[in-house]
This record gives sequence, structure tokens and C-alpha cells, in this order.
Amino acid sequence: MKISVEHIAKLARLSVSEEEKELFGPQLNGILSYMEKLDELNTKDVGPTSHVLSLSNVMRDDMPGNSIPREDALLNAPDHTDKFYRVPKIIE
Amino acid sequence: MKYEAVIGLEVHAQMLTETKIFCGCSTKFGSEPNTQTCPICIGMPGVLPVLNKKALEFAIRTGLATNCKISNYSRFARKNYFYPDLPKGYQISQYELPICEHGFLEIVVDGEVKKIGITRIHMEEDAGKNIHEGGGNYSFVDLNRTGVPLMEIVSEPDIRSPKEAAEYMKKLRTILRYLGVCDGNMEQGSLRCDANVSIRPVGQKELGTRAEVKNINSFKFVEKALEYEIKRQIKVIEEGGKIIQETRLWDSDRGITESMRSKEEAHDYRYFPEPDLVPMTVEQKWIDEIKSSLPELPDVKRERFVAEFGLPEYDADLLTSEKSIANWFEGAVKAGGQAKAVSNWMMGELMKLLNEENKTFEECALKPAQLAEMLSLMDKGTISGKIAKTIFEEMYKTGKDADVIVKEKGLVQVSDEGAIEKAVDEIIAKNPKEVERYKSGDEKLLGFFVGQVMKAMKGKANPQILNEILKKKLS
Repeated sequence: MKISVEHIAKLARLSVSEEEKELFGPQLNGILSYMEKLDELNTKDVGPTSHVLSLSNVMRDDMPGNSIPREDALLNAPDHTDKFYRVPKIIE
Repeated sequence: MKYEAVIGLEVHAQMLTETKIFCGCSTKFGSEPNTQTCPICIGMPGVLPVLNKKALEFAIRTGLATNCKISNYSRFARKNYFYPDLPKGYQISQYELPICEHGFLEIVVDGEVKKIGITRIHMEEDAGKNIHEGGGNYSFVDLNRTGVPLMEIVSEPDIRSPKEAAEYMKKLRTILRYLGVCDGNMEQGSLRCDANVSIRPVGQKELGTRAEVKNINSFKFVEKALEYEIKRQIKVIEEGGKIIQETRLWDSDRGITESMRSKEEAHDYRYFPEPDLVPMTVEQKWIDEIKSSLPELPDVKRERFVAEFGLPEYDADLLTSEKSIANWFEGAVKAGGQAKAVSNWMMGELMKLLNEENKTFEECALKPAQLAEMLSLMDKGTISGKIAKTIFEEMYKTGKDADVIVKEKGLVQVSDEGAIEKAVDEIIAKNPKEVERYKSGDEKLLGFFVGQVMKAMKGKANPQILNEILKKKLS
């Protein structure tokens, strides 16, 4: 097994049951093995790619744009006050 | 056994751009919470970040000023972790291809120049701000700071003492402020410092296990926090213990560092190239342009102040610690002020007056030319050095020129021998006992007579003439 379901579930803040671990483990590793097929390609003369577009230097000038009203910003939050997002206490 | 410390600093500097690094929201400090956000910086699905060109320029400026190599190909990376102040669930940062690498800066400690290597400078976005006070079981999040452009400046582990660390921070801050890329305010968080600290027996090559000290949120704590941490590590080792690799928080109230157990779990940030941003290729032409626009940097300026104006090292060092101070000085010299005299008045009276009001040279209402003019009145003998102090304060407070104040207040120095003689005679007549003592050899009393005459003449007597007359009359 290359992937520890437990480890990546923890990183993603997901709780997985024992049954799920058994189910997802082979599935995720199956995907990895499938992708390994790419290793068979000869990429000796191909440069590493980090972006699908062959563009570079897309930039904006340092000019202020529009921010959104606070009510709108807070609208999608699970919990908020009139000024802040509200979350469970962070420091014990 | 003797130990030495090995210290590397990671400095985060907020860049002085108008807008955030990937969107047009304002970076203004101290606004109402959550009023400077937009779908891009609060991580709404489907939005696309676009790099602020100024942020890239500022990073390159900083790299050039710290002797770095500017990468002609650079890109952003995603650093994945969860925290309430990070709305996207990842921070856009740089990983294996930072914009600047392999630089250094020079510090002076105990009269010796030391080179501190700079591993890299990379760009990233700041996180929001968590507020823990007064919320009972809740914390509050303000995302105004989310997406403010940061530079992370990482030093090599070349620093060997808390004092060197403080000097490095001071030098770095001065350079950032000269460049105009960061205001360097540690208390407000626009300049932050994390330190990697380890110790090893003197002579040992291998590095000891390091601890990372965070939350050093004031200039005066850089040395204190490191001193504490080094002492703590030595104690652990000497008691037969082992240093644990961990993150420790500096607690300025208690003057100690404390383990941050919640962060002990090994980080797994799963960095990968940021798919929402295209790479940056920096042309040499642009680098050259930025290079030619760099201001004269503090080290060069300091050396020039010594060579050109014949200032002592101490004066030159202080006068070049801020660009605004150096400009003020040069303004006064250009207006005709003698360099050392200008320096003395600036480092003495002017800094005292500014400090009393908590003001900087940028906010100084007194013009450099006004000091130069006052100095010329002193040279001409129109005013005495003693009176000059009064005039200087008056100039500072009212903004009026020295000659105007001299006229208004009748402060012209009295060089008329007859007038001085008259005052001297009066004082001599009033103090027969002191005259006796002086004549019988107590020459220290000359100062007493000078003081008395000056007092009687409201400080306006020409001191040279007064001295001559006094000595003549008393002998």
C-alpha cells in the first residue's frame, strides 16, 4: 500500500470508518498504479511542465479594485457576528 | 563545556503595495474588519488570482539590494493546510523556484564586519487575523489581511549570537525601509521574525537539533527571546536531556519560550505548482531597470558620509539609519551648514525634540535650511551658542526662521565691550568673597562669574569677550 488512507483523511480533516479504509485504500492505490503507466513513456527530451498553458507573466497593475460589502462576504459563512466570521475557540 | 548558538532567521515582510497580491482589495491597515475582501481573497470557488506586478517588482528590488540572484524563471506553489484564518485551505506561496536566491548582507558586530547569507526570498500571501479575546468559546476572524503580499526572507544559519540576530534584523529593516518596500513596523506585524535556534559545543561541525521560536513581535524581543532559548537549550543538554525539534512561542510577558504542543505533529503541506497562476519569466532588461532605480543603500551612504563630510563613524551610522534622517542631514549641509555641527544639532536637540513628541524626521516641520541659517548666525557671532538652543526650540515649535526669532525676542549676542564690562563690574562688586577666593588661587570660580554675568545679561554676552574681560578684571 502506497497510500495511507488514515494519513490523508487526517490531513483532509475527514473521519473514515474501518470499512471505508478497507474500501478506499485499494481504490486509491489502484488509481496510482494506473497513473504509473505514464512512467513507461520516454520523456528524456520533454521539459517539466507545471502549467497547461504556455503563457507566462500574466499580471495586473497595483490599482485598487472593488471589495464586496461585509454583509455579502459573511453571507456564506456557517457562523458570524455582524463584523466577524465566528469559529470555535482556536487557542485552548 | 562551552556552547555556541546557530541561528537562522525567517523574516516575513508585508509589502507596501496599494492592493493585495492577487486581487484589487486595499491593503490599508486598521480598517473595519472584513471590509477589504472580495471573492478572490476569501477563496470563493471559480475565481482566478492575478499577480500584482508591483509585488514582483518589490521582491526583485529587495533581492537586488541584498545581493541575491534573481531567478529568470519562477513560479508559485500551493501550501496546503487548514486554519480558520486561511479561507482557501491553502496558501499561495513559492516552493522550489523562489524569485530570489543566494544573497547576503553585512552586519557590524563589535567592530567587525560579518556576512550573513540569505538563502532565498520568496513571495506569498498573508493569512487573515484571528481574534481570541472576549469571545468565550469562540474566536473571531478578520480577513482584511488575507492576500496582503508578503516576502519571506530566509537567512542561512550564519548567525552565532542574539546580538548578531538583532543587528541582522536592524540592517534588514533599514534596507527594506530605504527601498520603500515595507514599513518595518514589528509591533503592527508588518515585519515578523521567526528564529531557528540550535546549540553545539564550540568546535563541533554538526548542527544540533533546532527549535523554531515564533511570535517575536517587537524589536526589543529579538535578543531577549534568543538569549532565553539558548540558555534553555544549554540547560537541557547539561542536565543530560535532548532537544526536541519543535515550535516554541515567545511569551513576552513572562520572558520565556514555550512549546506549542498543538503544532508538534509533522507538517505535510503537500506543495504543488499553483495551477491558477502562470509562471513568471523575468527579463534581464527589467532587472536592469529596477537595479538602476535603487536608492543609495545604507552601507554605501554611511561610507560616503565619512569620506565626503569627514563625519565620525558613529555619526554616519546614526544619520544613515533612516533615509529620511540622511536626507535631512544632506539638506542642511547643502544649505550651507557645517557637517559636524549639523550632525551634532540633529543627534542632540532635534532628536530630543522629535522623541518628546514621538515624531519621525518625515514628520519634522523644521526645515534643514533653517538649521543651516541658524548655524550661520552663530558663525557670524550674531547669536551665542547658549542662545542658539533657545532659538532652535523656538524654530522647532513655531516654524519661524532664526533671524525672525532673534529680532522678535531681542536675542542678538552682545559683543559690545562696554556693556559687558559694566555687567562684569556689577557682579564683581556683589561678590567680594568669591573675588578674594579667586585671587588666592581658586581658579575654578571663573565659571561662577561667567554664569552670573550670563544670567544678568540673559545669556546674550559674547562668551569669548566676557572671558577676556573677566580674567583681566580679576587678575
